Amino acid sequence: MLEIKNLHVEVEGQPILNGIDLTVPKGEVHAIMGPNGSGKSTLSYVIAGKDDYDITKGDILWNGESILEMDPAERVAAGVFLAFQYPIEIPGVATMTFLRTAINSVRKARDEEELSIPDMMKLIQSQAKQLAVKPEMLKRGLNVGFSGGEKKRMEILQMALLNPGMCILDETDSGLDIDALRIVSEGVNALRGPDRSMLVITHYQRLLNYIVPDKVHVMSDGKIVKTGGKELALELEESGYAEYDEDAA
Amino acid sequence: MAAVKETVEQVKDIDVDKYKYGFTTDIEMVKAPKGLNEDIVRFISEKKEEPAWMLEWRLDAFERWKTMAEPEWANLTYKKPDFQDLYYYAAPKSTEGPKSLDEVDPELLETYAKLGIPLKEQAVLAGVEGARVAIDAVFDSVSVVTTFKDELAKAGVIFCSISEAMREHPELIQKYLGTVVPKSDNFYATLNSAVFSDGSFVYIPPGVRCPMELSTYFRINEENTGQFERTLIIADKGSYVSYLEGCTAPMRDENQLHAAVVELIALDDAEIKYSTVQNWYPGDKDGKGGVFNFVTKRGDCRGKNSKISWTQVETGSAITWKYPSCILRGDNSQGEFYSIAISNGMQQVDSGTKMVHLGKNTSSRIISKGISAGKSSNTYRGLVSAHRKASQARNFTQCDSLLIGDLCSAHTVPYIEAKNSSATFEHEATTSKISDDQMFYAQARGLNEEEAVALIVNGFAREVIQQLPMEFMAETQKLIGISLEGSVG
Ligand SMILES: Nc1ncnc2c1ncn2[C@@H]1O[C@H](COP(=O)(O)OP(=O)(O)OP(=O)(O)O)[C@@H](O)[C@H]1O
Ligand SMILES: [Mg+2]
Repeated sequence: MLEIKNLHVEVEGQPILNGIDLTVPKGEVHAIMGPNGSGKSTLSYVIAGKDDYDITKGDILWNGESILEMDPAERVAAGVFLAFQYPIEIPGVATMTFLRTAINSVRKARDEEELSIPDMMKLIQSQAKQLAVKPEMLKRGLNVGFSGGEKKRMEILQMALLNPGMCILDETDSGLDIDALRIVSEGVNALRGPDRSMLVITHYQRLLNYIVPDKVHVMSDGKIVKTGGKELALELEESGYAEYDEDAA
Repeated sequence: MAAVKETVEQVKDIDVDKYKYGFTTDIEMVKAPKGLNEDIVRFISEKKEEPAWMLEWRLDAFERWKTMAEPEWANLTYKKPDFQDLYYYAAPKSTEGPKSLDEVDPELLETYAKLGIPLKEQAVLAGVEGARVAIDAVFDSVSVVTTFKDELAKAGVIFCSISEAMREHPELIQKYLGTVVPKSDNFYATLNSAVFSDGSFVYIPPGVRCPMELSTYFRINEENTGQFERTLIIADKGSYVSYLEGCTAPMRDENQLHAAVVELIALDDAEIKYSTVQNWYPGDKDGKGGVFNFVTKRGDCRGKNSKISWTQVETGSAITWKYPSCILRGDNSQGEFYSIAISNGMQQVDSGTKMVHLGKNTSSRIISKGISAGKSSNTYRGLVSAHRKASQARNFTQCDSLLIGDLCSAHTVPYIEAKNSSATFEHEATTSKISDDQMFYAQARGLNEEEAVALIVNGFAREVIQQLPMEFMAETQKLIGISLEGSVG
């Protein structure tokens, strides 16, 4: 269970998150929607442990324990995984090498046995196949020259391989073509289960037709301004954010 | 690459004792008295039972050296060594004339074990097929183990210590020694010419592809011993050889001077590939101790269609002054320089290459990857020149610097001299920092800071790592992790 309690976050003295309260119980999938610049990515980075942010108030608990003192690697080892809105390129590092290093680092941190190279290759290749990630891509530099959609699929591949209990997906659907959207959604749905929670950030109701959420939250100006069921996404599609956004209204 | 995983583990293993090769072997030494004068030069020559002409050669170099001054143009700041406070000859006592491995001091073998050498060598020494790397191990000044000579001899390859070559193949030594790096080339090379202790000699006869990689491990061991290796490699017409040089040194407080000379000669249609991994003691975090490495390496593409490739991985030494170069004398000859230079802590590196185009239609390629961390300074200095007669000379230079942290510096000093209007020289240079975004991304996938740095830097240097022979790839990837230890956080 992920609990965000009265979270206030600033960047260089500028408030960005203004008291977020949000709980994602074990096994549930929650969606966050909201206008550009409302703080969705900021929230996801803060949960993942990026250190450019000042947390001035509040707390983030994962399974009842604060994760604020943990570094990003410890958080992912504890099970909190973020699929980036804008995945980062690491030139010269073969994707396969990166995946293998990541898997064994996380396994080691979890006191699990490291995987042998053949087991590792089998695991990576079968997961890659499910997400229609071509074997050639695994040989290329991580994310280097990948198309927007390929990058997003690579994020979900990493998510599947690192076996998190909490999946945060920041606009994973942006940049995906129709087939890729279906493939990625199927991949995400395959990961749904009673022990896994998800927080899905999106601008489009369409994604939520595939990944049907238990709850939808609307974020505006660094706050959760409304929470509802999956039908809330449909309403937003109709009426936009005008009623929630002081500046736009 | 599996080695990246190893890198990552290696990085973790290193905790308190950061420089794991920092130990001194206790073997009785035979030393010449401290200081440098004509008598010392004579002593060295006599110890090595050299012919009279060799002694004359050394004495001549010594006379010239006395009139020379230490160069000051490099971007380096250090306390100049007191040349009268060094030993110029030290030989492990027990090794005066070992005939086989059994006769080698077990402690010496243990030293190699600690250096991680035996993995391959054990296999080699046990005669395992497919693990054939010949080693001419240099322990301080005298070659103590020379393996596989017989097999190489079958191919007609000569691979031995240079002192042995002087006795067994004087005609080759007289013909080639000092023809690439002349006796009075520069301060350090001249000093080397006067007092060089030992080193490797390789001769590949015409048309022969050397049946194995030739490998030398250098090791500095005795306190205050200046190290003056001399290496001479000749690839006769149509031959090929790949030579590996790897080095580690024990930890100590006093700076150690190292001034090697390496001469390569490629005749018509011959190719020499020379790879170095250097990880000598860089000094402690305050810059105390560490090796001073002033080395002159030069290759002469003497014949037409010849090729010489230098690949170097420089991670160690307190001071590095090193410019492996190619003289492209033969028509259609090619020179290459691939370099990774890592500096951390208080290390200072001034390294690069010279590509001197003399023949027609010659080409050269320079790929330099400099990585600076800590408070270190890392300078690439390169010269590309085309002689008046060097029509159609071509060079491509790519010079990338990566900075880790805010206290280090990187400098690029390219010199270009084209005296022939048909020359095409291209130069590209970039300077970048490891980005916070890359670090965060890697960490968000479970890598700790040091794993992330090792991985990103390995990626940055990949183009050069790929040039290394298989044997050195894994070692290099580990070394990159080790040498950047402590550079973040
Ligand atoms: N490092 C930073 N420095 C300054 N301002 C920042 C920084 N990070 C975020 N912001 C600001 O915080 C606000 C929220 O940004 P964020 O990226 O979280 O929005 P978002 O909801 O994810 O938007 P989008 O839907 O466009 O992805 C924006 O106004 C952004 O400019
Ligand atoms: Mg965003």
